[in-house]
Amino acid sequence: MTNQQTFKIAIASGKGGTGKTTLSTNLAALIAEREEVVLVDLDVEEPNSGLFFNGTLVHEEDNHNMTPNWDESLCTLCGLCQEVCNFNAIIQLGTSILVYPKLCHSCYACSELCPVNALPMEPTQIGKLRDYKLGKLHYVESRLNIGEEQAVSSIAKTKKYVAEKYPNVSLAIFDSPPGTSCPVMEATKDADYVILVTEPTPFGFHDLKLAIETMHELKKSFGVVINRYGIGNDEVINYCKAEGIDILAKIPNSRQIAELYSEGHLIYPSFPEVKTALSNILEHCLSIKEGERI
Amino acid sequence: MKEIVVISGKGGTGKTSLTASFGIMGAKDVVLADCDVDAADMHLLMQPDFEVAEDFYSGEVAYINQSNCTSCGLCQDVCRFDAISLHNEQYVISPLDCEGCGYCARVCPTETIINNDLLVGQLFVSNVKTGGQMVHARLGIGADNSGKLVAKVKDEAKVLALKNKKDYILVDGSPGVGCPVVSSLSGASFVVLVTEPSVSGLHDLKRVYELVKKFNIKAGCIINKADVNSDKQAEIKRFLMDEGIEHLIDLPYDENFTKAMTLGQTIVEYENQNLTSLLEQTWEKIKQLTNQNNREK
Repeated sequence: MTNQQTFKIAIASGKGGTGKTTLSTNLAALIAEREEVVLVDLDVEEPNSGLFFNGTLVHEEDNHNMTPNWDESLCTLCGLCQEVCNFNAIIQLGTSILVYPKLCHSCYACSELCPVNALPMEPTQIGKLRDYKLGKLHYVESRLNIGEEQAVSSIAKTKKYVAEKYPNVSLAIFDSPPGTSCPVMEATKDADYVILVTEPTPFGFHDLKLAIETMHELKKSFGVVINRYGIGNDEVINYCKAEGIDILAKIPNSRQIAELYSEGHLIYPSFPEVKTALSNILEHCLSIKEGERI
Repeated sequence: MKEIVVISGKGGTGKTSLTASFGIMGAKDVVLADCDVDAADMHLLMQPDFEVAEDFYSGEVAYINQSNCTSCGLCQDVCRFDAISLHNEQYVISPLDCEGCGYCARVCPTETIINNDLLVGQLFVSNVKTGGQMVHARLGIGADNSGKLVAKVKDEAKVLALKNKKDYILVDGSPGVGCPVVSSLSGASFVVLVTEPSVSGLHDLKRVYELVKKFNIKAGCIINKADVNSDKQAEIKRFLMDEGIEHLIDLPYDENFTKAMTLGQTIVEYENQNLTSLLEQTWEKIKQLTNQNNREK
């Protein structure tokens, strides 16, 4: 096949701290033992995947938001910009136009509807994208500046960068932000398969159901990985069985795993059962990938 | 009335379990506010009665009334969010992608696009098992967690606290450093940072504390699961000292937290030994620092 498409696996969860990054980093490292893979950290507020690898920085660039910049010399103070902005990001105060970049959603309405082009859109730096290499593993992260609030545009930009830079890599893993709101939707919406990581506790179960609802909304095919298996109760397993949701793997609850993770180490080299679990997850993803080809 | 906000940067450090424990100890003196509206869990430990439930609208979503549409495509041209596409020769708007900027409606030559108010979630005021009250919410799936629902939860909690003369609002914040967290932090009297001794825990603590500094709020830190990694624990303590953050307590890794949770309880209801006494000391310290901090101001 000449024009191979990258198969994108997003790793998500409703609840934070269930093991998204652990799964993403270990899965990516295991794949990289035999072929090229891209690990993309889309949790731009708190990107952590890079803490587990000591790679070489191969590329760095700024992430921007486009916001209007008032050109006083052209402005006729007609007031249209303030009127068209649905986000209260532009206020006309006497003979001045004030722009609040943090409220701006970059819709361009004020800029393009301005009759005298007095509000050209200009880039504001809101964070950085970094691309590292370690053997056959590429890992790319975007990191939002502290105080910046709009995560979605950086997530979109990071996905675009990866698609353009690594079009021939057959597998990409997206480490997604927690929750069920916009940033998660953005991170998972063009994934070919989503893995929801949960833990078998009431909080894990409650948030898993929200995450499943999100995946139904996005019409994604997905499976569940249960982390810290052995604690809590059987609600998650019973629910998945009843709903016909694939449980791809159960990763045991273990203090030793928590200790390895806390040091920033990968888990599977020391835990054969975790390596087996990852292989099963990978095999499942590849079978879906092949299924889509047919 | 003082506002105590609990945040963590990283998810899964035990923020909600600890906030709920403080809520039990604070009992009737406290109005609880669950500001992790994206994946709200505190209600699972609090037996809320959902006494008041109201829909929360924020922003707009565009809709094309097909009968007047001439399929000129101008709406699609101006949309910066790829929310408008052509299906069977009709332009349709994907509500999940629409930002509600209203640009398409403004340029539509036949004025056939309308903006509807967007339902983003539900807000609840509940009586809970402590004898106190809790304000909580549920954000709709895929909704824009712009911080407005978080602000609304906090405002409601403030109104209740003032009306019923409560001493504290205790806020369970959301993970990350973006909009919802900024909303959770604004107006706080004291911030409790919950972390764990891991590379991720420390990394995320540093980032979220940078945000706290911008607000100039006094902070204290709980190192949860402290015995999992003593080197990282020491590293966190050094960071706290360098930054002048009060080190509130070290809590051990203890699966009783989970056992309590599966019974719908907080740890202070489940066991009456070591952890409970540590948490009692911590809650007293938090109250003391919160009040001291405000006197200094």
